[in-house]
Amino acid sequence: MDGNMEHFTQTKSSARADTASAPIKVDCQNIDVYYGDKQAIEDISLQIEDRSVTAFIGPSGCGKSTFLRCINRMNDTIESAKVTGKIFMDGANINDPAIDPVLLRSRVGMVFQKPNPFPKSIYDNIAYGPRIHGLASGKAEMDEVVENSLRKAGLWEEVKDRLLAPGTGLSGGQQQRLCIARAIAVSPEVILMDEPCSALDPIATAKIEELIDELRERYCIVIVTHSMQQAARVSQKTAFFHLGKLIEYGDTERIFTNPEHGRTQDYITGRFG
Amino acid sequence: MLETFGHLPVAWLLFAVLAAAAFMAFYVGRTQAVGIARGYTSQLNSQPNYHGYFVAMATIAPAAIILFLYILFGESLVRAQIAGELPERIRALGDLELAQYIDRISEHATRRDALATGNALFDAASDRYTDLVGLSRIAAILLAVLAAAGGFFFGRSRLSGDFRARARVEDGIKFLLFLCAAIAVLTTIGIVASLLFEALRFFSRVNVFSFLFGTEWNAQTGADFGAIPLFFGTFLIAFLAMLVAAPIGLFSAIYLSEYASPRVRSIVKPILELLAGIPTVVYGFFALQFVAPIVRASATWINGLPFIPDGFLAAQPTSALAAGLVMGIMIIPFVSSLSDDVINAVPQTLRDGAYAMGATKSETVKQVVMPAALPGVIAALLLAVSRAIGETMIVVMAAGQRAQITPDPTADLTTITVQIVALLTGDTEFDSAKTLSAFALGFVLFIVTLIFNLIALRVVKKYREKYE
Repeated sequence: MDGNMEHFTQTKSSARADTASAPIKVDCQNIDVYYGDKQAIEDISLQIEDRSVTAFIGPSGCGKSTFLRCINRMNDTIESAKVTGKIFMDGANINDPAIDPVLLRSRVGMVFQKPNPFPKSIYDNIAYGPRIHGLASGKAEMDEVVENSLRKAGLWEEVKDRLLAPGTGLSGGQQQRLCIARAIAVSPEVILMDEPCSALDPIATAKIEELIDELRERYCIVIVTHSMQQAARVSQKTAFFHLGKLIEYGDTERIFTNPEHGRTQDYITGRFG
Repeated sequence: MLETFGHLPVAWLLFAVLAAAAFMAFYVGRTQAVGIARGYTSQLNSQPNYHGYFVAMATIAPAAIILFLYILFGESLVRAQIAGELPERIRALGDLELAQYIDRISEHATRRDALATGNALFDAASDRYTDLVGLSRIAAILLAVLAAAGGFFFGRSRLSGDFRARARVEDGIKFLLFLCAAIAVLTTIGIVASLLFEALRFFSRVNVFSFLFGTEWNAQTGADFGAIPLFFGTFLIAFLAMLVAAPIGLFSAIYLSEYASPRVRSIVKPILELLAGIPTVVYGFFALQFVAPIVRASATWINGLPFIPDGFLAAQPTSALAAGLVMGIMIIPFVSSLSDDVINAVPQTLRDGAYAMGATKSETVKQVVMPAALPGVIAALLLAVSRAIGETMIVVMAAGQRAQITPDPTADLTTITVQIVALLTGDTEFDSAKTLSAFALGFVLFIVTLIFNLIALRVVKKYREKYE
């Protein structure tokens, strides 16, 4: 992590961050994404701070989810998708062909729109990642990893008596926290969340938001959301996307009170989108 | 006049007349509704077209019912009448002979180019038969016309501004659809009932337990009806077939749904499914001409190896292995196509979840996709097994005829289906235990495949509940 600051100083930012207080974890430079012939992302450069929550907002189809999926190279799994540009994480370009996307994804966890627990027990859902990456040796150690992950995700008290029950049997909000616990279990550095609350009711949403706020202490979190209130509540930085372009990026407070761009203003006040 | 009717292609004429009647009735009904509305059709409960449909339905439905009944019972009526008119000496021949005599009359009478046979009694009966057919047709047509006219006037009398013609037409369509579904179900019930009936006749002669658990099968001589060797042969060949079809089908399904590019998929999948379209008799050729000799040659070679006792493998020209291998190839598409569907039905979000955890593709398939798709895959395998058990042509051609119990797959074995074919081809009388045993075998086959299918359907249903 020593290289972070140094790295930050030598890159020129096209979308300027208002304050450079925290160290930069992810530095995206000139990212373009194409689906076949269609360009989904146009030349986006953006720096994401460590140990904070960055929100991506914008109307549907603006490319915010696509951009999020660049950070753990999930777009590799889509046949027609092509990504160009550089994304530096701790000084190394993750788009370099030498980087193994499978290993990268153990450092960058992801939580999806719809809770997607595996068709396994609660315990095995959490143990899945540590097992494939060999992070725990022996049953006792694995038990510890599972308990810690569930505790961090605020789910331990609710499920500790039924760890062997299927994960799909939990409620929607619990399933989503299970998915967050699953992501935490491999000790990632970055957690990407793609509209994690869009399938949840307000109470479950409040719990997830609370959880995100706690996780901020340890992880770099990027969240895509359609809810302006959610972005305002949980994030420190907000990026506004429109038609595949980054329109504005800065401190959440400033974006919501005093946006520089007319489009941002229109979107957050509900005039379009 | 009657004779002319006896020879006319009445069915087509009737069809044309009914269609014309329906068209006319529609037109009349529609016009009447327009008249009722006096130009303000929005005032009507139902639009004029529906009134037209309703009158057309009321016209042709009763006529169709009468004609349907005629098709079902017309010939029996004519035959009963002819039988009554024949002289005492022919009637005294007994039911079977009499029926055969009338068959000959009917065949002679319905042939246009038939010449007089010279037998005065027979020729007279034949002419009489033609007349009776003509008479019955005229009667049926007159009745149908009367019913159509009645329906037509009834339909017209119902029309009014408030008449809910739309709802009535809806009822009519619903009934028509129900009828089609009912025909399918009733046919199935009929098949099962006839099988059951004949099987029960068999079991009145041969003990159920000695049939189900006996180990000697010599049905051709009518001596032994122990079906265990047939069950054994059937399941051994089905097992061999599944040894081929299950892994190849499953792995090709995984390849197609998870690994293949859309281009490869669009080429390979239709080719695989083409396998299902090859007539089974062609597979039979292939098994007999190509695979069976190879199996035999290999078995002979193994027998010749120094440390193998003489005659270790039977090395027969037809063998369970040859039939099983080819049958396995035949059912690959059943396994792969259904498995491909269920694997594709596993939500993409599950795969994304595994990839996002840093799982590789094969880890994702093995640990996430397959467990999620497992119930569906099991169902696909069960359906393939029931297909293998019921398959006939390949085993008839390549498995052999000998009813024996041996674990040696290069021996010739026989199956339930092979025996059914053997028992029911050639000259057969339908009241010997030999022929009836075919129905008992068919019934067992039906029950076994039914059970497999029911389990498969239940498993699939459970699976669907989970992911949709």
